[in-house]
Amino acid sequence: MAVKNFVVGLFDEEAVLFPAVKKVRTAGYKLHDVYTPFPIHGLDHAMGLRETSLHTAGFIYGITGTTTALSFMSWVFNVDWPLNIGGKPHFPLPAFIPITFELTVLFAAVGMVMTFCYLCQVMPGVKKHIFHPGQTDDKFVMVIELTEKTNAEEVKSFLASAGAHGINEQKAEAGWWFGRFDKDDEPYLRKVHTANA
Amino acid sequence: MKDQFVVPARLKKTSFVLMGVGLLTLLIGLIAFHGDNATRFWAGLLQNSSFFLLITLASTFFIAATTLAHGGWQIAFRRVPEAISMAVPVLSAILFVVVMILVFGGKEDIYHWVNAHHVAEDKVLTWKSAFLNKGFFTVATILTLGLWIFFTMKLRKMSIEEDGWDLRPETGRKLLWRNTVVCGGFLVVFTLSVGSTTPWVWLMSIDAHWFSTMYSWYTFASTWVSGLALIALFVVYLKKHGYLPFVNEEHLHDLGKFMFAFSIFWTYLWFSQYMLIWYANMPEETVYFQPRVWGEWRPIFFLNLLINFVTPLLFLMKRDTKRNYTAVVFIAIVIIFGHWLDFWQMVYPGTVKHLVFPWYEFGLGLGFVGLIIFLVSNQLTKAALVPKNHPYLKESIVHHT
Repeated sequence: MAVKNFVVGLFDEEAVLFPAVKKVRTAGYKLHDVYTPFPIHGLDHAMGLRETSLHTAGFIYGITGTTTALSFMSWVFNVDWPLNIGGKPHFPLPAFIPITFELTVLFAAVGMVMTFCYLCQVMPGVKKHIFHPGQTDDKFVMVIELTEKTNAEEVKSFLASAGAHGINEQKAEAGWWFGRFDKDDEPYLRKVHTANA
Repeated sequence: MKDQFVVPARLKKTSFVLMGVGLLTLLIGLIAFHGDNATRFWAGLLQNSSFFLLITLASTFFIAATTLAHGGWQIAFRRVPEAISMAVPVLSAILFVVVMILVFGGKEDIYHWVNAHHVAEDKVLTWKSAFLNKGFFTVATILTLGLWIFFTMKLRKMSIEEDGWDLRPETGRKLLWRNTVVCGGFLVVFTLSVGSTTPWVWLMSIDAHWFSTMYSWYTFASTWVSGLALIALFVVYLKKHGYLPFVNEEHLHDLGKFMFAFSIFWTYLWFSQYMLIWYANMPEETVYFQPRVWGEWRPIFFLNLLINFVTPLLFLMKRDTKRNYTAVVFIAIVIIFGHWLDFWQMVYPGTVKHLVFPWYEFGLGLGFVGLIIFLVSNQLTKAALVPKNHPYLKESIVHHT
């Protein structure tokens, strides 16, 4: 990932945040993310995020589990070590179904959790830059990324007019890195500084 | 806002045509199947009357279950399952006449336990006769039908009465409380009837030597998922004709999820019944699956799984299909047909024995469909389509999945 420049604004209320998100999009600024203390219905739509593909991934993990279970059991009982178990056929499909079901669920569940963690960039032992500590408490934090075309002062006055307060500029790592939130207070990366915070 | 349903002439005509087809098929059946062939005449009636009665009763179950769960999302179309459930009294009457003729008319090719000599010579049936006898059958049938009709009518009456109440917190609490009490009562009756005894006496007793503890749950799952499909069909019909202003894709999505989930639930119960019998491999249990898996009914056995499990699973898996009106109508019709076929393969191998092309059964089924359309569309005109004093109405309007 890369170190980028951001303008950060705080909001106190959902009712102010929603129109502000819409205004940011119509004004054409690059919305990095909106951090909220609790999940907000409809915010993903307002931010213009696309529908997640997590369920497609889940389907693929699921059929991988189905295939693994069926092919492995068939191989074991027919090719590798055929056994006569109570006179049952060597390919007893009904007996395989519960295990196939379980492995489908296991693959889909574990795969989806890991994919979710990857997509959201959360994992034990990794750290992300926190733009404002209040984002897990009582503040809605909107982060706008500065590109070559955007002027920081202009974005700040825009955020102020949209109802934000505590507006500041930050230079920070956009992605995740190995580290701990309790220990590594200073990000391992290159000088992050906050201006007029 | 169109809130008062008026039966369109086309719907009325469709229902009359379908009922006509049903009656005609019944008449042809009466002529075609007599003497030794009369088995098919009665088996078709038993299959259709029990299936269609139970899928309309599923609407009462829908109301009861969602009320007890304090669900709010279904209020915008709650009048639809209410209207469907009002077909229960008429269909109960039809089923009652059919099973009483079967039992007291000595139709031992359907229920062979009705023959007293046969029972006396048969050790298994003698043991079962404490339960499987004409008296118990009649009392259980009258009791369950009576209680179903009582609770269904009661719920409908209360719901219409509540339209006249004024909207205050006290009346809202009173409304919720009395609905909860009646729905709780109904669920006890439903569990003890559809969830246990009723499918044993009406359907499982066809194969009187055989038994399966999964049978009632299996029947319940079959009729419940078809009942949900029936509700979805009526909801989409009304929506497409400009009624039900508060219903949108969000509500359809939830109905779709229900149909998806309970198709899988049906398969789970199907498998639970099949696998234990397959594993234990005891002759007195496998006798049920012998004609179905290895006999003439083999294609129907696999078709049943294909229509009722694989099709809904793959079709309803995507979010978009659950939110698309046309797609939901398609899969709802597939589900109802599939479970009708399921009832067919439950009743026929034990009675008619041979695999036949089901023109007679299908014609009767169309007749029942016409009757349900006629009764339900009439009931829909009896009250406003939105229960406007229900405290959860707002929750249903802003519903968002």
